Amino acid sequence: MNELLRRILFLPPQASAASVGIDHLHFFVILTTILVSSVAGVVAVYFMARYRRRRRDQPTPHLEAPRWLEATFVIVPLSFFLLWFRIGFGQFVEMTSPPADAMDVYVTGKQWMWKFAYPDGPSGLEVLRVPEGRPVRLLLTSRDVIHGFFVPAFRLKQDALPGRYTQTWFVATKPGTYPVYCSQYCGTSHSRMRAAIEVMAAGDFDRWREEEKRGRALQRDTALGAADDQPRASDMVALGRRLAESEGCLKCHSVDGSPHIGPTWLDLYRRTTTLADGTTVLADEAYLTESMMDPRAKQVRGFPLTMPSYAGKLGAPETAALVEYIKSLRASVVPAPAGGPVYEQTGGP
Amino acid sequence: MSKPADLDREPARASYLTDGTTVRSWLDTRDHKRVGLMFLVAVLGALFLGGMFAMVLRLSLLTPEGSFVGPTAYNRLFTLHGIVMIFLFLVPAIPSAFGNFMVPLMIGARDVAFPRLNLLGLYLYLIGAVLVLGAMIEGGTDTGWTFYAPYSTSTPSAVVPVLLGIFVVGCSSIVSGINFIVTIHTMRAPGLTWMRLPLFVWSIYGASIIQVIATPVLGLTVLLVAVDHAFHVGLFDPAVGGDPLLMQHLFWFYSHPAVYITILPAMGVVSEVVSGLSRKNSFGYKPIVYSTLGIAFVGFFTWGHHLFVSGQSTFDAGFFGVASMLVGVFTAIKVFTWIGTMYRGAIAFTTPYAYVCGFIFFLVFGGMTGIALATVSLDAHWHDTYFIVAHFHFVMVGAALMAFLAALHYWFPKMFGRAYPEGWGLVSTVLIILGFNATFIPQFLLGNAGMPRRYYSYPAELQALNVASTAGATLLGIGFLIIFVYLVVSLRHGERVPQNPWESRGFEWYTASPPLKENFEHLPTFSHAPHDYQEGHPHGR
Amino acid sequence: MAGDARLAHHFSSLSVQAHAARLGMWLFLGTEVLLFGGLFVGYAMYRTVYRAAFVACSHHLDRALGTVDTLVLITSSFTMALGLHLARGGRARQATAALGATLALGLAFLAVHGHEYAGDIAAGALPGRLYRAGVELPGAGIFYTLYYFMTGLHSLHVVFGLVLLGWLTRRTARGDFGAGWDTPLELGGLYWHLIDLVWIFLYPLLYLI
Repeated sequence: MNELLRRILFLPPQASAASVGIDHLHFFVILTTILVSSVAGVVAVYFMARYRRRRRDQPTPHLEAPRWLEATFVIVPLSFFLLWFRIGFGQFVEMTSPPADAMDVYVTGKQWMWKFAYPDGPSGLEVLRVPEGRPVRLLLTSRDVIHGFFVPAFRLKQDALPGRYTQTWFVATKPGTYPVYCSQYCGTSHSRMRAAIEVMAAGDFDRWREEEKRGRALQRDTALGAADDQPRASDMVALGRRLAESEGCLKCHSVDGSPHIGPTWLDLYRRTTTLADGTTVLADEAYLTESMMDPRAKQVRGFPLTMPSYAGKLGAPETAALVEYIKSLRASVVPAPAGGPVYEQTGGP
Repeated sequence: MSKPADLDREPARASYLTDGTTVRSWLDTRDHKRVGLMFLVAVLGALFLGGMFAMVLRLSLLTPEGSFVGPTAYNRLFTLHGIVMIFLFLVPAIPSAFGNFMVPLMIGARDVAFPRLNLLGLYLYLIGAVLVLGAMIEGGTDTGWTFYAPYSTSTPSAVVPVLLGIFVVGCSSIVSGINFIVTIHTMRAPGLTWMRLPLFVWSIYGASIIQVIATPVLGLTVLLVAVDHAFHVGLFDPAVGGDPLLMQHLFWFYSHPAVYITILPAMGVVSEVVSGLSRKNSFGYKPIVYSTLGIAFVGFFTWGHHLFVSGQSTFDAGFFGVASMLVGVFTAIKVFTWIGTMYRGAIAFTTPYAYVCGFIFFLVFGGMTGIALATVSLDAHWHDTYFIVAHFHFVMVGAALMAFLAALHYWFPKMFGRAYPEGWGLVSTVLIILGFNATFIPQFLLGNAGMPRRYYSYPAELQALNVASTAGATLLGIGFLIIFVYLVVSLRHGERVPQNPWESRGFEWYTASPPLKENFEHLPTFSHAPHDYQEGHPHGR
Repeated sequence: MAGDARLAHHFSSLSVQAHAARLGMWLFLGTEVLLFGGLFVGYAMYRTVYRAAFVACSHHLDRALGTVDTLVLITSSFTMALGLHLARGGRARQATAALGATLALGLAFLAVHGHEYAGDIAAGALPGRLYRAGVELPGAGIFYTLYYFMTGLHSLHVVFGLVLLGWLTRRTARGDFGAGWDTPLELGGLYWHLIDLVWIFLYPLLYLI
């Protein structure tokens, strides 16, 4: 039944865990819509025939809707609408709450292509490979104008904005290759800004990642793309380490826990930090990025306010690389447990 | 409609059409009926242009790789199509053409409160239209009618003249809104209490309130984007610390209520036509009045449903989603009332009524797909796809445009004293309803399949649906052409009609058809509600 | 007799006509409030995001000149109200003088503000990415974009108000207004008071906090 309705309605395959529930709500709402609007139209036509005018000045009874009938026609539609909202909003909350163990992928939209990068390498254009059955979180940003990352088969869409990160997540449930479109108009070649998500069986994916780490498979994935758009390091952490040196971060921040002008980066990621005004904040990706762009927004207690802003000096890929580098600086191999996952939208009203 | 013998002669007293025949007497008129008629011609011109652009778009979409025009022209054309249809047709059409003509007649006034301002509104509209269309000469712009930043502030195309044109048209809209509110408050004839106002007048009142409150914010937004585009001061540019989402919030704060500016007068027309052509009082006069005000009020709190996947917070999404559900209930009340009015009526099956039937189906279907979008999770799939395109065309074309056509036919005898050919009217109504379904139902399916909007090229497997949609659009276009032809012919050669060919007891039908320049010989007084079909004889005044 | 000539044909009486004009004017003022309202919303939003920069830039604005502007405008509102009162009392010459004073004060406002702009521009305090002055915090450019836009839009409205005032002053000098009919003057006064009111909100937001 699910499959029949899906085909009649021209919906793509349900290739993510969330898409099944979403489609069920879709069927419920759309079938009700078709039914109600047809009934309304048919009744109108029927009345038109049944109560047609027989005389030019034919009189009619003075009728007004009784209260109980009005109330019915308010309560019944409202109940359906609120029920649908309850179901749909519940699904939406889940769609915007990635689990703590999701694998991160950085997605950058740029006129007119999509680029993907795993935190520990590699990066690629056009094709994103993900494992089946494991949660994947996408951290989206844009290099220029607003783009929309749209995967119909996952019933997933999220705008990629310049200057900040937005996030979304999914669990792919069916191996295969699924198209990705840009859904937010971005210029002349908006309709050609395509990509693909290749869902691999978990074992295959792990094997492929091993190969990648040995740097061999990078070229296979690039369909088009200017060479100058490829980051020189296939490893974001290595890029972050180089940037920390070249941009002057290491002048104030140590990486081995020793006290210096600014807070040390060792074990900084997900550390509960006390701010100058006494409140605490969790040092997640959003906090780290914000601190680079606007150091005075959340000043750490006990340190002087001398850090310059890097707004306009570091682009999105560079800040992402630095964040990944900071994340890699752990005192022990086992990551320290955090107070709780912090996976909200990174800013905005 | 019967035809008494004495109608073959010219009417003894000059009507508003013949009282003053120089060009100057039209261009410098203070007569709300003439202003309304000039607006009607202007918005029909806009409808025609917007429709031409649409045909080019649909022809281009016949092949997956685009045809007929290249991608740049395509992108500029869909932008112009949206701007022309929304700002130059949908928002002003019913209020400025029919509102201007009918509201003073319906409330027993000789004119609107500010006749010269009314004329100014017409000229502002024309100037704005010239600016927008003139920008086409520079190639136009391709931002889409929503002109999101930072694309709109960084694209080199002719953004500024288009935005200035929209600003000027917005001023026209504000002028119209102020005029109607003051007219309805201060110029009702004796005996016409608020709860005796025709439902069309209530709908114009509700729409005018929205125009006055929302349009200034649009004006501000277009100015900010234009200044940002011209001087790169970066209010919405993240590279300088600006926030592109702020622009979206400001934009939709107007643009969502704008759809209620469009639909409320359309619903008002439907209320009049249903009661007039069923010869029956409204099944729920007060519910319709309160629903009208309810839509106007709650409609201001729903704009964030355009931003569900834009980076807005989840909490906001919840708030805007619930508010959107509430607005849907008001529409449900109205649909129920209209159908209840038909029950045990005396229905004249004529062209306006056929449009009303189409309106009801399309409003319910289109409106409920809006409810579907407001469930939030479904919108993640549908946002910025052809599902959205189909949804808003169902409510804006299927509902609002059908109501406009119903108004045009219902009030044609009132405005011109002549009849249109009923046979051709019904034929074109059928063509339009069929053509409309054939155009836009495939688009719902295209959206489901994942085809984004504003796409010049698309995956090859979606070609069949696109071709079907284009075929439907062609049928729709033919229907419109037929209407245009027979209406123009009827202006000269249509049968002359008596004052009240529909036997309606709407207040406007107590004036001459076409009306005198000063509307009435003596100012009327009112002693009952409109569409009161109870007494044995028609109420005189 | 003069009253009858002013009654438009579509109104039943002069008092209805005046009432309608007043309602129309208030609605128009409402739209102006909404026009500026969007800017205040934008200001509030950016201030929460860039608090430090906004505070610092506010200190860099010329508070003295801003205060002078405020006093000038408040006084002009007073002279405007005085003019209306005098006109209603039939003292056309004195009313004209009061309106003339309002005009002069309005021009003074523009002059002072223009001088302030010149100073800002010379210091490199330009909007957006053009910002070159001393505040090295993110958001300084945004502050100045909002500052120029808000005060610029306000000044544009002052210009419109001056044109309106000029016309009203001429008519007052001709003795058009009296106890029986003063509606255009009253409505023009309302517009002028709105311009003053908008500035009274702009001034503390931009200069003081």
